[in-house]
Order: sequence, then C-alpha cells, then structure tokens
Amino acid sequence: MTFLKQFLGAAATLALSAGAALAEPAIIYDLGGKYDKSFNEAAYNGAKRWADETGGKYKELEMQSEAQREQALRKLAESGANPIVMTGFAFGDTLNQVAPDYPDTKFAIIDMVVDQPNVESIVFKEEQGSYLVGLMAGMASKTGTVGFVGGMDIPLIRKFACGYVQGVKAANPDATVIQNMTGTTPAAWNDPVKGGEIAKAQISQGADVIYAAAGGTGIGVLQAAADGKILSIGVDSNQNYLHPGQVLTSMLKRVDTAVYNVFKNGGDIKPGIKVMGLGDDGVGVALDDNNKALVTPEMLKAVDQAKADIISGKVQVHDYMSDDSCPVK
Amino acid sequence: MDFATIIELLDSAVRLGTPLLLACLAGLFSERAGIFDIGLEGKMLMAAFFSGAVAAMTGSAWLGLLAGIGGAMSLALIHGLASITFRGNQLISGVAVNFLASGFTVLIAQSWFQQGGRTPQLSGNARFEPITLPGADAVKDVPVIGQIYSNLLSGHTILVYVAFAMVPLTWWVLFRTRFGLRLRAVGENPESVDTAGVSVIRLRYTAVAITGVLSGLAGTYLATGLAAGFVKEMTAGRGFIALAALIFAKWRPVPALGATMLFGLLEAISNRYPNIDLGVVNLPIQFMQAVPYILTVVILAGFIGKAIPPRAGGQPYVKER
Repeated sequence: MTFLKQFLGAAATLALSAGAALAEPAIIYDLGGKYDKSFNEAAYNGAKRWADETGGKYKELEMQSEAQREQALRKLAESGANPIVMTGFAFGDTLNQVAPDYPDTKFAIIDMVVDQPNVESIVFKEEQGSYLVGLMAGMASKTGTVGFVGGMDIPLIRKFACGYVQGVKAANPDATVIQNMTGTTPAAWNDPVKGGEIAKAQISQGADVIYAAAGGTGIGVLQAAADGKILSIGVDSNQNYLHPGQVLTSMLKRVDTAVYNVFKNGGDIKPGIKVMGLGDDGVGVALDDNNKALVTPEMLKAVDQAKADIISGKVQVHDYMSDDSCPVK
Repeated sequence: MDFATIIELLDSAVRLGTPLLLACLAGLFSERAGIFDIGLEGKMLMAAFFSGAVAAMTGSAWLGLLAGIGGAMSLALIHGLASITFRGNQLISGVAVNFLASGFTVLIAQSWFQQGGRTPQLSGNARFEPITLPGADAVKDVPVIGQIYSNLLSGHTILVYVAFAMVPLTWWVLFRTRFGLRLRAVGENPESVDTAGVSVIRLRYTAVAITGVLSGLAGTYLATGLAAGFVKEMTAGRGFIALAALIFAKWRPVPALGATMLFGLLEAISNRYPNIDLGVVNLPIQFMQAVPYILTVVILAGFIGKAIPPRAGGQPYVKER
C-alpha cells in the first residue's frame, strides 16, 4: 500500500512538472463565437495551423456573456496555460486587471493595447486594408454610391469605415458612402436579420458595393447583397467563397498569422505593442478564384500602386483612432 | 423624402413587422384563453433553429417550416402542461421556456453542425424566396398605384402573405365562430364555460397549440425568409416586442396588425436614417433604436387608453369540488 502511495505520488509529481514544462497555449474567442466566418474564425485558423504544424495541443474557450470575461481569463491562467491569447478589444479592461496577478504567464491581446509587463498587444492597421478595398469599391461601383455596415459602434469599427471612405474617395472623389452601424451593444455582432435589412436600405439608396465589418451580422449583409444582385466586401477572414462571383473581395486582417506567431513563440513573446500593417502583410485584400472575374486589371494595378505608396509613405491613410475623427465623410 | 423612399421604408417595415405580427397573434390566442405567454421569444428561437437546421439538411424550406412549427409546438405543449395540467405559475413557465430554447438551440446546433451554434447557410430551395405577384412587373412604371403594387405588395415571401391573411382569419375565428366565443369565455370566466359542459382544459390546450403554430411561423420566417440560416439568439428580443404590441393592441387582432407594423416601421426608419436632423436637435441612432422600447413603456404605463387583459388570465382553472 505504502509502495503504491509512493508510486502514485511520484507519478503525480512527474506529471505536474511535465505539465509546467510543456505549458499549453490557450486562446479565448470573443462573443461573435469561434465560427463567425470572420474575426474569431481567423484566430481559430491560426491556432489550428500551429497545432497542425507542431502537433501541439492548445486550450480554447468561447465567451458566452460579458460576465464571463474575468472568470475565464483567471481560470485559464490558473490552469497553467501559457501564453494566453484573447481576441477582441473588449478584453482590454479585464486583462489590465488580471495580468498583474499572474506575472509568470504571458498574455497577448489582439485589437487592443494593454500596458502591462507581461502583455503583448497586437494591433492592425485596418485603415490601410480598408483603404485598398475602398479603392476597389470606388472603381467597381457604377452608381457612385457605396455602403458600409459596421457592427457595434466602437472606435475600431469607425477606423475601418474611415479607411474605407478614404479609399473610395481616392478612386472617385464624387462618390457617396452610406454608413450604418448595426447597434451599440455586443448583440450587434450577431444580428444577421438586421444586417440584411440595413443592406437592403442601402441598396435602395443606390449602393452597389457594400463593405461589411460586422462579425456575424456581416453574413446577413453579404446575403442581402447577393440577393439584391450587387457586390459586397467581406472582412477579417477571406469571405469570397460565401457567395462566389458576388463578393468583390475581402479585407484580410491576418489575425491567424498573429495567433500563429504568438503560439509559435510560446512563453518567449515580447511584451509591448506590435503593429501589423500592409508592410508586413498584416492586412491586405483577398484575391482568389471566387472573385477573379470581378477584379479588373485596372483595379489590380491601382491596388498594387496604392499598396506601394502606403508602404513608402507617399500616401498617408488617416487613422480614426489617432484623433477620434475622420477627415472625409 | 420622395414617394419611392416612402415605399421602400414601408416595404422594410412589412418585412421587419411580419415576425412581430405572427408572434403577436400567437400570443393573442393564448392570452385570450387565459394563458399568459411570455415564452414567445423562446418558441420563435426554437422554430428558427429547427427550420434552419431541417432546411439545411433536406434542402427544402417547406420541410423546414414543418420542423419549425414542430419545435415551437413542443415548447407550447410544455408550457401548456405546466400551466394547464399542473396549474403552475404561467409567468415562471414562460421564463423557463425562454431559457430552455436559448440553451437548447445552441447546444443541438453545435452537436449537429459543429459550426459554433449556427446552422449552415441556406440557399436555393432551402429558403423561402420572394414571390412576384402576377402583373407586378407590368405595372411597375404606373405612378403611385403601380409602385405600391409592385414594390410594396409584391416581392415578399409566402410567409408574409400568410401572416397578413391570419389577421382577418383570427378576427373571424375569435368573433364569429362558436369556438372563438368559447375561447374568449374561457379567458374571461372559465366557470361559465365549464357549467355549459365544455371542457376548459381542452379549449386552453387548443389555444396553446395554435400559439405554437403561429410562433413557429414567426421563427421560420426569421431563419429561412429574412436571414439564411439560424444564428444563436437571432430573435434578438422580438418575442418581447410582440408581447408589448399585444398589449398596445389591447388583445385585438386588427389593432395588432397596426401595432406590429408601427414597430416595424420604427426599426426601418432607424436603419435608413441613423441620425435624424430636426434642425434644432440631432436625434442620434441610440434614440431611434430606443423608441420602440420607450413607446412600450409609455403604453404599459397606461398613458394611451387603458389596456384591460382577459379577466381570468394567469389563473389556472380549478374545478369546484
């Protein structure tokens, strides 16, 4: 009996130390849900790519309500997961409180800056990617009117909108951009019925290209655009395949690359702010077989030119979040 | 604002008001029979899920409709069992129905489709496509009447026309048939119905079943008519707004049509005009989105007429021994 006890004790110690040495990374998805075909799904793809390549395991958690944030974060940190990645600006305040309590755990947050010694903040230059899709929208539009549907009304989404408008105006200075936000609560990320109805309202006002930056709500926007026989633009993940031939392009935000890099670096990630823009392919436009027929050579040329100009600094795309205002409407 | 814009706003109002109308009529049958039903939201959600799921699996919107009605009906019968047979508290049973639907749909959706609590996207015959009424294209260019016919009346899915047909049908059933008379009596004074030798229990179960069918139609329209598939919590409080509309309409079918279309119109306006500039003040989108709720509170507070609910509403019927 004593032998067995000793043996079990030794085994347990071994298991514990092994667990500490090979800490699993973890990822928390925000309220849109893991399969939102957009932002969170991109994060999931990054984690999956890491798991496929390394054969490693990771923990994941999907938020179900606002109230769970802190609890979920603490639970993962206490379980020994390291590093912990969370997707979404909404984790900012919670992480700011939780991170100091777990100094040995590394955290990474996407879309938000949290100033703590063990947090890597990854932000994207969405305005640059949105500028490029805006450029394409402006060139593809025949009516001179294009639309933008945002999810929850937050500065980040206004940043998308602002970059988009700048792109549209660069292609066609006389173009009109109709902007709508779905709502002011997190429920706005998950209301395809309302998204579809907003898209229909924009179509009736003459919009013939609509850019959706609205998580799960965007699925309704893309659907309504396809039903209304106009073009739409997806966001975050490549959404061209959702309605082949009717999605002009997607504004790619390489959340997958960001998550992959964090997982790969493991516990060695560098705290501080990491900005991913056009220069390091953090954002971009999606081109594949599904939208080949829609993208004209002129569009491609314009996009390549604009990309080079933005990287070289010749074209400055205004960042809404730098001064909470947009120079163009 | 030109005429075409008004037509488009009304068109959008019809689409947004239809699920409210169906849910409102569903609640009307139940509450007129003396069974309060705050579980409309849950029934719609259940119907939205089952219609989306079955339509995705079979590729037929009609089978989806049947499944949606079945899903809503099962919850209606649970509500009936709790509040009629076991004489439980109807409000608590209604809350339970809402919670059950909210959790059950996501759980089953995840288990069936592994897409994080949503159903696959529907296309083609798996959705109810808009119907073009005969001659709609021909009269499109006729001013006013032609525009109203081709843009406002034509081009909705069949469920919208069913919903509108339900209004006179509900009126006729409630006020012109023997069944309707008894149904109303059972909500006002069940003892008298019992004295006349008619089963209170059976009448109330029938009413609850009709509620199931109508809320099933409402949920199906959300998932297979307006959207293209089920997404978690996609009813987004529409069941509660329908309840408010029911009170606004004072439990009558024709005013129910007016109340639900008004709420639909308010949402359509807020979608179209996020910010309304009145010259003096600029109404922000938050205000526009709050208007239906503000109106509801005003109505509930009794500022606009007095809403008198069916007298025996909320009380389980106990036969005298």
